[in-house]
Amino acid sequence: MDDAVIVVALLLMAGSATAAVVQRDPARQALVLSVLGSVLAVLFTVLQAPDVGLSQLAVGSALTPLLIMLSVRKVRRRGRPEDGGAK
Amino acid sequence: MKRLRLALLALGGAGLAALLVAACLDLPGFGGRSHPYGTRAVHASLTRRAANTIASVNFDQRAYDTLGEMSILFAAVLGCVVLLRQARDEHRAQPQPAEVARPVRRYALIVLPVALVTGLYVIAHGQLSPGGGFQGGVVAATALHLLYLGADYRALERIRPLAVYETSDALAVSSYLVLGLAGVLAGTAFLANTLLPYGTFNTLSSGGTVPLLNAAIGIEVASAVVVLLANFLDQAVEIEEEHGS
Repeated sequence: MDDAVIVVALLLMAGSATAAVVQRDPARQALVLSVLGSVLAVLFTVLQAPDVGLSQLAVGSALTPLLIMLSVRKVRRRGRPEDGGAK
Repeated sequence: MKRLRLALLALGGAGLAALLVAACLDLPGFGGRSHPYGTRAVHASLTRRAANTIASVNFDQRAYDTLGEMSILFAAVLGCVVLLRQARDEHRAQPQPAEVARPVRRYALIVLPVALVTGLYVIAHGQLSPGGGFQGGVVAATALHLLYLGADYRALERIRPLAVYETSDALAVSSYLVLGLAGVLAGTAFLANTLLPYGTFNTLSSGGTVPLLNAAIGIEVASAVVVLLANFLDQAVEIEEEHGS
Protein backbone atom coordinates (compact mmCIF):
# COMPACT_ATOMS: atom_id res chain seq x y z
CA MET A 1 0.00 0.00 0.00
CA ASP A 2 2.75 2.45 1.03
CA ASP A 3 4.79 1.49 -2.00
CA ALA A 4 1.83 2.16 -4.30
CA VAL A 5 1.46 5.70 -2.90
CA ILE A 6 5.19 6.32 -3.32
CA VAL A 7 5.10 5.08 -6.92
CA VAL A 8 2.13 7.32 -7.73
CA ALA A 9 3.89 10.33 -6.15
CA LEU A 10 7.07 9.57 -8.11
CA LEU A 11 5.14 9.25 -11.39
CA LEU A 12 3.31 12.55 -10.76
CA MET A 13 6.69 14.10 -10.00
CA ALA A 14 8.20 12.85 -13.27
CA GLY A 15 5.12 14.03 -15.18
CA SER A 16 5.06 17.55 -13.77
CA ALA A 17 8.85 17.91 -14.07
CA THR A 18 8.64 16.97 -17.76
CA ALA A 19 5.75 19.42 -18.22
CA ALA A 20 7.87 22.19 -16.63
CA VAL A 21 10.70 21.52 -19.09
CA VAL A 22 8.44 21.20 -22.15
CA GLN A 23 6.57 24.45 -21.41
CA ARG A 24 8.53 27.34 -22.96
CA ASP A 25 6.61 30.41 -21.80
CA PRO A 26 8.18 31.59 -18.50
CA ALA A 27 4.89 32.80 -16.98
CA ARG A 28 3.20 29.42 -17.56
CA GLN A 29 6.40 27.68 -16.51
CA ALA A 30 6.06 29.39 -13.12
CA LEU A 31 2.58 27.90 -12.71
CA VAL A 32 3.79 24.41 -13.68
CA LEU A 33 6.68 24.90 -11.25
CA SER A 34 4.14 25.61 -8.52
CA VAL A 35 2.34 22.32 -9.28
CA LEU A 36 5.73 20.59 -9.32
CA GLY A 37 6.49 22.08 -5.90
CA SER A 38 3.23 20.77 -4.43
CA VAL A 39 3.80 17.28 -5.89
CA LEU A 40 7.34 17.28 -4.48
CA ALA A 41 5.92 18.28 -1.06
CA VAL A 42 3.51 15.31 -1.28
CA LEU A 43 6.41 13.01 -2.18
CA PHE A 44 8.46 14.21 0.82
CA THR A 45 5.48 13.72 3.14
CA VAL A 46 4.83 10.23 1.78
CA LEU A 47 8.52 9.43 2.42
CA GLN A 48 8.01 10.53 6.05
CA ALA A 49 9.86 13.84 5.85
CA PRO A 50 7.09 16.33 6.74
CA ASP A 51 9.57 19.05 7.76
CA VAL A 52 11.18 19.11 4.32
CA GLY A 53 7.72 18.80 2.78
CA LEU A 54 6.57 21.96 4.55
CA SER A 55 9.66 23.91 3.40
CA GLN A 56 9.09 22.67 -0.13
CA LEU A 57 5.42 23.65 -0.01
CA ALA A 58 6.22 27.16 1.22
CA VAL A 59 9.22 27.86 -1.00
CA GLY A 60 8.69 25.68 -4.07
CA SER A 61 4.98 26.18 -4.65
CA ALA A 62 4.51 29.77 -3.44
CA LEU A 63 7.69 31.83 -3.20
CA THR A 64 9.72 30.76 -6.25
CA PRO A 65 6.83 30.96 -8.77
CA LEU A 66 5.89 34.36 -7.33
CA LEU A 67 9.44 35.69 -7.78
CA ILE A 68 9.53 34.32 -11.36
CA MET A 69 6.17 35.93 -12.19
CA LEU A 70 7.33 39.28 -10.80
CA SER A 71 10.58 39.10 -12.82
CA VAL A 72 8.64 38.22 -16.00
CA ARG A 73 6.32 41.16 -15.43
CA LYS A 74 9.25 43.53 -14.97
CA VAL A 75 10.98 42.32 -18.13
CA ARG A 76 7.79 42.60 -20.21
CA ARG A 77 7.04 46.07 -18.84
CA ARG A 78 10.50 47.24 -19.78
CA GLY A 79 10.12 45.90 -23.33
CA ARG A 80 6.82 47.71 -23.93
CA PRO A 81 7.65 51.44 -24.41
CA GLU A 82 10.55 50.81 -26.81
CA ASP A 83 9.09 48.33 -29.31
CA GLY A 84 5.36 47.79 -29.09
CA GLY A 85 4.45 44.17 -29.90
CA ALA A 86 7.64 42.30 -29.03
CA LYS A 87 7.69 40.42 -25.76
CA MET B 1 37.17 24.61 -29.43
CA LYS B 2 33.56 23.45 -29.45
CA ARG B 3 34.64 19.85 -29.84
CA LEU B 4 37.04 20.21 -26.90
CA ARG B 5 34.25 21.59 -24.73
CA LEU B 6 31.91 18.76 -25.72
CA ALA B 7 34.62 16.20 -24.95
CA LEU B 8 35.21 17.81 -21.55
CA LEU B 9 31.46 17.75 -20.85
CA ALA B 10 31.20 14.10 -21.91
CA LEU B 11 34.17 13.18 -19.71
CA GLY B 12 32.71 14.97 -16.69
CA GLY B 13 29.25 13.52 -17.28
CA ALA B 14 30.59 10.00 -17.64
CA GLY B 15 32.63 10.37 -14.43
CA LEU B 16 29.63 11.71 -12.51
CA ALA B 17 27.40 8.93 -13.84
CA ALA B 18 29.95 6.26 -12.88
CA LEU B 19 30.30 7.68 -9.34
CA LEU B 20 26.51 7.96 -8.91
CA VAL B 21 25.95 4.36 -10.05
CA ALA B 22 28.73 3.15 -7.74
CA ALA B 23 27.21 5.09 -4.82
CA CYS B 24 23.69 3.79 -5.53
CA LEU B 25 24.91 0.18 -5.61
CA ASP B 26 26.26 0.64 -2.08
CA LEU B 27 23.07 2.17 -0.65
CA PRO B 28 21.18 0.24 2.03
CA GLY B 29 17.86 -1.24 0.81
CA PHE B 30 14.80 1.02 0.43
CA GLY B 31 12.69 1.24 3.62
CA GLY B 32 15.01 -0.87 5.79
CA ARG B 33 14.82 -1.02 9.58
CA SER B 34 18.39 0.00 10.37
CA HIS B 35 18.96 3.78 10.65
CA PRO B 36 22.22 4.36 12.55
CA TYR B 37 22.15 8.16 12.30
CA GLY B 38 18.41 8.38 12.94
CA THR B 39 18.64 6.31 16.11
CA ARG B 40 21.47 8.46 17.49
CA ALA B 41 19.74 11.74 16.58
CA VAL B 42 16.46 10.64 18.23
CA HIS B 43 18.37 9.56 21.34
CA ALA B 44 20.20 12.90 21.56
CA SER B 45 17.00 14.90 21.08
CA LEU B 46 15.18 12.88 23.75
CA THR B 47 17.94 13.55 26.30
CA ARG B 48 17.42 17.29 25.61
CA ARG B 49 13.61 16.82 25.81
CA ALA B 50 12.94 18.19 22.33
CA ALA B 51 9.89 16.44 20.83
CA ASN B 52 10.71 17.22 17.18
CA THR B 53 14.01 15.51 16.38
CA ILE B 54 14.44 17.59 13.21
CA ALA B 55 14.30 20.81 15.27
CA SER B 56 16.79 19.29 17.70
CA VAL B 57 19.15 18.47 14.82
CA ASN B 58 18.72 21.95 13.28
CA PHE B 59 19.01 24.08 16.41
CA ASP B 60 21.01 21.93 18.81
CA GLN B 61 23.12 19.16 17.28
CA ARG B 62 23.79 21.09 14.05
CA ALA B 63 23.04 24.65 15.20
CA TYR B 64 26.29 25.76 13.57
CA ASP B 65 25.04 24.58 10.14
CA THR B 66 21.85 26.56 10.66
CA LEU B 67 23.97 29.64 11.39
CA GLY B 68 25.57 29.15 7.97
CA GLU B 69 22.21 28.76 6.23
CA MET B 70 20.88 31.83 7.97
CA SER B 71 23.92 33.84 6.84
CA ILE B 72 23.40 32.63 3.25
CA LEU B 73 19.79 33.86 3.29
CA PHE B 74 20.82 37.15 4.87
CA ALA B 75 23.59 37.71 2.32
CA ALA B 76 21.30 36.73 -0.58
CA VAL B 77 18.60 39.18 0.50
CA LEU B 78 21.22 41.89 1.05
CA GLY B 79 22.50 41.27 -2.48
CA CYS B 80 18.96 41.55 -3.90
CA VAL B 81 18.36 44.80 -2.04
CA VAL B 82 21.56 46.26 -3.50
CA LEU B 83 20.86 44.99 -7.03
CA LEU B 84 17.18 45.98 -7.15
CA ARG B 85 17.51 49.43 -5.59
CA GLN B 86 16.17 52.40 -7.51
CA ALA B 87 18.90 53.45 -9.94
CA ARG B 88 19.65 57.04 -10.99
CA ASP B 89 17.88 56.72 -14.35
CA GLU B 90 14.70 55.30 -12.83
CA HIS B 91 11.76 56.94 -11.13
CA ARG B 92 8.86 55.75 -9.02
CA ALA B 93 5.37 55.90 -10.51
CA GLN B 94 2.46 55.59 -8.13
CA PRO B 95 0.61 52.42 -9.22
CA GLN B 96 -3.04 52.96 -10.10
CA PRO B 97 -5.57 51.10 -7.93
CA ALA B 98 -6.88 48.21 -10.01
CA GLU B 99 -10.29 46.58 -10.03
CA VAL B 100 -10.22 43.30 -8.07
CA ALA B 101 -12.75 40.60 -8.89
CA ARG B 102 -15.13 40.21 -5.97
CA PRO B 103 -14.51 36.46 -5.31
CA VAL B 104 -10.73 37.01 -5.40
CA ARG B 105 -11.04 39.85 -2.88
CA ARG B 106 -13.31 37.87 -0.55
CA TYR B 107 -11.17 34.72 -0.72
CA ALA B 108 -7.88 36.59 -0.21
CA LEU B 109 -9.17 38.57 2.77
CA ILE B 110 -10.63 35.45 4.43
CA VAL B 111 -7.49 33.36 3.88
CA LEU B 112 -5.03 36.10 4.94
CA PRO B 113 -5.58 35.90 8.74
CA VAL B 114 -5.82 32.10 8.61
CA ALA B 115 -2.53 31.81 6.72
CA LEU B 116 -0.83 34.35 8.98
CA VAL B 117 -1.88 32.50 12.15
CA THR B 118 -0.86 29.18 10.57
CA GLY B 119 2.60 30.61 9.88
CA LEU B 120 2.99 31.91 13.43
CA TYR B 121 1.72 28.56 14.81
CA VAL B 122 4.26 26.64 12.73
CA ILE B 123 7.06 28.91 14.02
CA ALA B 124 5.96 28.65 17.66
CA HIS B 125 5.58 24.84 17.57
CA GLY B 126 8.81 24.17 15.68
CA GLN B 127 10.31 22.20 18.56
CA LEU B 128 7.16 20.07 18.98
CA SER B 129 5.72 19.26 15.56
CA PRO B 130 6.94 19.28 11.93
CA GLY B 131 7.83 22.77 10.78
CA GLY B 132 9.80 25.47 12.51
CA GLY B 133 11.21 28.92 12.01
CA PHE B 134 12.05 28.57 8.33
CA GLN B 135 8.77 27.01 7.15
CA GLY B 136 6.55 29.18 9.35
CA GLY B 137 8.50 32.32 8.46
CA VAL B 138 7.93 31.81 4.73
CA VAL B 139 4.22 31.06 5.28
CA ALA B 140 3.68 34.14 7.48
CA ALA B 141 5.57 36.41 5.07
CA THR B 142 3.76 35.20 1.95
CA ALA B 143 0.42 35.41 3.80
CA LEU B 144 0.86 39.19 4.14
CA HIS B 145 1.07 39.46 0.36
CA LEU B 146 -2.48 38.14 -0.03
CA LEU B 147 -3.39 41.77 0.71
CA TYR B 148 -1.83 42.67 -2.66
CA LEU B 149 -4.15 40.16 -4.34
CA GLY B 150 -7.22 41.13 -2.31
CA ALA B 151 -6.76 44.91 -2.27
CA ASP B 152 -3.91 46.72 -4.01
CA TYR B 153 -0.26 47.58 -3.68
CA ARG B 154 -0.79 50.70 -1.58
CA ALA B 155 -2.73 48.72 1.02
CA LEU B 156 0.16 46.27 1.22
CA GLU B 157 2.69 49.09 1.56
CA ARG B 158 0.71 50.55 4.44
CA ILE B 159 0.93 47.38 6.58
CA ARG B 160 4.52 46.77 5.55
CA PRO B 161 6.86 49.51 6.77
CA LEU B 162 9.98 48.19 5.08
CA ALA B 163 12.47 49.74 7.51
CA VAL B 164 10.90 47.78 10.38
CA TYR B 165 11.35 44.47 8.54
CA GLU B 166 14.91 45.31 7.47
CA THR B 167 15.79 46.13 11.08
CA SER B 168 14.13 43.04 12.53
CA ASP B 169 15.94 40.88 9.94
CA ALA B 170 19.31 42.20 11.13
CA LEU B 171 18.29 42.01 14.80
CA ALA B 172 17.18 38.37 14.46
CA VAL B 173 20.49 37.42 12.85
CA SER B 174 22.35 39.17 15.67
CA SER B 175 20.23 37.51 18.35
CA TYR B 176 21.11 34.07 16.94
CA LEU B 177 24.80 35.00 17.24
CA VAL B 178 24.30 36.43 20.74
CA LEU B 179 22.54 33.22 21.86
CA GLY B 180 25.52 31.29 20.51
CA LEU B 181 28.03 33.55 22.25
CA ALA B 182 26.07 33.27 25.51
CA GLY B 183 27.12 29.61 25.55
CA VAL B 184 30.78 30.67 25.27
CA LEU B 185 30.38 33.20 28.11
CA ALA B 186 28.69 30.55 30.26
CA GLY B 187 31.82 28.45 29.91
CA THR B 188 30.79 25.74 27.44
CA ALA B 189 30.94 26.19 23.66
CA PHE B 190 29.51 28.31 20.85
CA LEU B 191 25.81 27.43 20.35
CA ALA B 192 26.01 24.60 22.91
CA ASN B 193 22.59 23.82 24.34
CA THR B 194 23.59 23.80 28.01
CA LEU B 195 22.46 27.27 28.96
CA LEU B 196 18.80 26.84 29.85
CA PRO B 197 16.91 24.12 31.73
CA TYR B 198 15.53 21.51 29.32
CA GLY B 199 12.00 21.79 30.75
CA THR B 200 9.16 19.29 30.44
CA PHE B 201 9.02 17.05 27.35
CA ASN B 202 6.48 18.15 24.68
CA THR B 203 5.71 21.64 26.03
CA LEU B 204 6.34 24.95 24.29
CA SER B 205 9.30 25.82 26.52
CA SER B 206 11.03 22.43 26.33
CA GLY B 207 14.40 21.81 24.69
CA GLY B 208 16.66 24.47 26.25
CA THR B 209 17.79 27.04 23.65
CA VAL B 210 16.00 25.25 20.77
CA PRO B 211 12.76 27.33 20.96
CA LEU B 212 14.75 30.59 21.20
CA LEU B 213 16.98 29.82 18.21
CA ASN B 214 13.90 28.61 16.35
CA ALA B 215 12.10 31.90 17.05
CA ALA B 216 15.15 33.90 15.92
CA ILE B 217 15.19 31.98 12.62
CA GLY B 218 11.43 32.49 12.27
CA ILE B 219 11.73 36.27 12.60
CA GLU B 220 14.79 36.35 10.35
CA VAL B 221 13.15 34.32 7.55
CA ALA B 222 9.81 36.15 7.74
CA SER B 223 11.51 39.57 7.57
CA ALA B 224 13.93 38.44 4.87
CA VAL B 225 11.13 37.12 2.64
CA VAL B 226 9.08 40.31 3.14
CA VAL B 227 12.09 42.48 2.21
CA LEU B 228 12.92 40.25 -0.78
CA LEU B 229 9.35 40.29 -2.13
CA ALA B 230 9.08 44.04 -1.47
CA ASN B 231 12.11 44.71 -3.66
CA PHE B 232 10.80 42.47 -6.45
CA LEU B 233 7.32 44.04 -6.20
CA ASP B 234 8.77 47.56 -6.29
CA GLN B 235 10.59 46.68 -9.50
CA ALA B 236 7.54 45.02 -11.03
CA VAL B 237 4.96 47.62 -10.00
CA GLU B 238 6.49 50.98 -9.12
CA ILE B 239 9.97 51.60 -10.49
CA GLU B 240 10.09 52.70 -14.14
CA GLU B 241 12.95 53.65 -16.41
CA GLU B 242 13.12 57.24 -17.59
CA HIS B 243 11.74 57.37 -21.12
CA GLY B 244 14.42 59.64 -22.51
CA SER B 245 17.35 57.37 -21.74
